[in-house]
Amino acid sequence: MKKTGLKTNDLILQTITKIVLFIVIIFSFHLFFAGHNAPGGGFIGGLITSGAIVLLLIAFDVKTVKSILPINYVKVAAFGLLIAILSGIGSFLFGVPFLSHTHGHVHIPLLGDTHLATAVIFDLGVYFVVVGVTMTIIQTIGETE
Amino acid sequence: MFELIIWISLALIASSSFLLMIRLIKGPSVPDRAISLDAIGINLVGITAIMSIVLDTSAFLDIILLIGILAFIGTVSIAKFLEKGEIIENDRNNQ
Repeated sequence: MKKTGLKTNDLILQTITKIVLFIVIIFSFHLFFAGHNAPGGGFIGGLITSGAIVLLLIAFDVKTVKSILPINYVKVAAFGLLIAILSGIGSFLFGVPFLSHTHGHVHIPLLGDTHLATAVIFDLGVYFVVVGVTMTIIQTIGETE
Repeated sequence: MFELIIWISLALIASSSFLLMIRLIKGPSVPDRAISLDAIGINLVGITAIMSIVLDTSAFLDIILLIGILAFIGTVSIAKFLEKGEIIENDRNNQ
């Protein structure tokens, strides 16, 4: 495919990206938190979040996105693995086997009676690993001259 | 009666996808194929919605939004590849 050296003006794409990006990110958070009782979870939530960042990379360029999100994605993947391991090790503090999870009803002032589960912490680790690995792959491929 | 209407509309969307598949195979230029692929994705949204009515479940409603987002990102990246020759640029201001 031929490379046109012309400067293109992607005004419509960039304006739509600025609006759609927030909808996609909110949808990914919804999928992440719905994972306990409905289809969803850390894996698909992380994929949709990285899809939103990919949309940002397509509409703008690598340098602009690095100035908006100054994140080293390799460290994000390592941080996610650390969270997942710590959520497993935390069960040792209560004298139960590795990766034992519990849940309970907690009364939070603004939200009322909320059903909280510690499996969300493990899912958060999965989320960060998926975002980190996907964005590392895509940015490494995209940065080639 | 309602069930009949559901199956008829499903058959219509399926035949529409089939005709789009012919355009996907025969299409003389690449943009023809890209547009037919985008329209197949949107037909897939309709098929998923009708199947969730048939199966009487609301578990597939997230999939509908997901297919819409993925079809949009895919079509935008194909269009950018056809336009500029690369999908993700390094620095668009001074190159």
